[in-house]
Amino acid sequence: MVNLSVRLGDLTLSNPVLTASGTFGYGEEYADFVDLNRLGGFIVKGTTLEPREGNDYPRMAETPSGMLNAVGLQNKGVDHFIEHIYPNITKYSSEIIVNVSGKCVDDYVAVCEKLSDLERIRAVEINISCPNVKQGGMAYGTTCEGAAEVTSAVRKAWKRHMMVKLSPNVTSIADIARAVEGAGADSVSLINTLLGMAVDVERRKPYLSTITGGVSGAAVKPIAVRMVWQVAKAVAVPVVGLGGIMNGRDALEFIMAGARAIEVGTANFIDPSVTMKIIDEITDFCERQGVKDINELVGII
Amino acid sequence: MEKKKYKIDMRVVENTALGSQYGLLKLVPASGSELPAIEAGQFVQVEVSDSKTTYLRRPISVNFVDKANNSLWLLIRNAGEGTRHLTSAPTGKLINVILPLGRGFGIPDTAGKRVLLVGGGVGVAPLLYLGHELRKKGFAPEFLLGARSASDLLMLEEFEATGKTYLSTEDGSAGEKGLVTTNSVFDYKFDKIYCCGPMPMMKAVASLARRKETDCEVSLENKMACGLGACLCCVEKNADGHNVCVCTEGPVFNINELPW
Repeated sequence: MVNLSVRLGDLTLSNPVLTASGTFGYGEEYADFVDLNRLGGFIVKGTTLEPREGNDYPRMAETPSGMLNAVGLQNKGVDHFIEHIYPNITKYSSEIIVNVSGKCVDDYVAVCEKLSDLERIRAVEINISCPNVKQGGMAYGTTCEGAAEVTSAVRKAWKRHMMVKLSPNVTSIADIARAVEGAGADSVSLINTLLGMAVDVERRKPYLSTITGGVSGAAVKPIAVRMVWQVAKAVAVPVVGLGGIMNGRDALEFIMAGARAIEVGTANFIDPSVTMKIIDEITDFCERQGVKDINELVGII
Repeated sequence: MEKKKYKIDMRVVENTALGSQYGLLKLVPASGSELPAIEAGQFVQVEVSDSKTTYLRRPISVNFVDKANNSLWLLIRNAGEGTRHLTSAPTGKLINVILPLGRGFGIPDTAGKRVLLVGGGVGVAPLLYLGHELRKKGFAPEFLLGARSASDLLMLEEFEATGKTYLSTEDGSAGEKGLVTTNSVFDYKFDKIYCCGPMPMMKAVASLARRKETDCEVSLENKMACGLGACLCCVEKNADGHNVCVCTEGPVFNINELPW
């Protein structure tokens, strides 16, 4: 029997497999394909203080081994989450982590204050890395000062686990990771999407209404693994790795590079049951290689 | 309660090229299990496993459900590399399919109402199954099919066998010359119009239906990733100005739900 349980500071996950925000709705969209109780946890859609309509259609384009999106944090706001979503998902035993976004620091704080009343939300993921919004989002995540400013403000309002999601669209992601660690983050997750663009040459127009968007999927995996490795060497807090994970071997790459847990994102679109396969494949690997505890593999590189 | 969705391997039992641009794929569940109930207007998400440049599934509308043979028909246009792989799939090949997805067409409660099903291009696909479902409920569906020219008309025999079929071609090589919206069939009063085709055609039919105060449903085909309402990529603005997912709120919308 392999131990898959991992700890992110004071947060214990039954296994290292989480789902990435914005790719898994509120979990229930996948209930026909996934035993939600088997997940380490699921990270719900980016949540903001006020409802957001997101960007105009078209918001998505397929790219080689990946996709571009420019959804722009469409969501019905934190009050809707608290009243209509949260009561339905507390029946699952997996950790429910809320991804929090804002256009200013006060927004992040206000959302977290509201979430503080929900006892099953033991962790938030602070999104300072969304490339698809004009205000806030990645604007905070691309400087050490901005990243630290949001992190320390939320730290004062949110007493439970605070994960901070980092942008890869920076010169040194390790510097940003150190800045948020210094400002009180309990863990860091990386990478959010890479800023990208694609052009429909027949129409002579960009595919996305916003021209640029975020690249995700298998194509970004080597970049993400490299960044996880760099960040894991730079900070003492746990690292959560994501970016193009399609199977158990991909997940293990991140774990060996230094990730204590991983998030599965775009792969959910192609195979809605992929997270179950990933948990099984990690287990099979450990059994085959005689690994008793997944934690033995974390950061061995 | 939303209907359960399934992810199943299906075997290609027949693949017929329709001209150079289209293919008709007939699939049966590889396990031999019975197909789940599928509504007319619903769609499936098809995995394209062997194409280097195709990453996401392809959303394809249900063309027909042949219950006697437990087979699902997909009428596919070669829109790019992904769909070309599907239309060239050999018999016997296994293809992974997620189904059934989305909200289908609404069928009126009172049989005997006069219904017109308007299709253009590959948009005719879901209308065949809709026509059969309407017939089962006691309606006599009539079809109006539009295409550039006679050789672009798809599955004409099947439509003619299902109901009275009117044609419009841009070059006049079959039926009336012109766009579907100028077809003389609109001189008749219908109780309900269903439409699936290119966006300009659906918008033109919708405004015609509004003028005639006829109930009208359209089926959209926005670009999607997940098909499950999670990624929020396939949105369309509804009448209230909110972005809604075509994959879960649609693909079929009553025109009153849209700002058209």
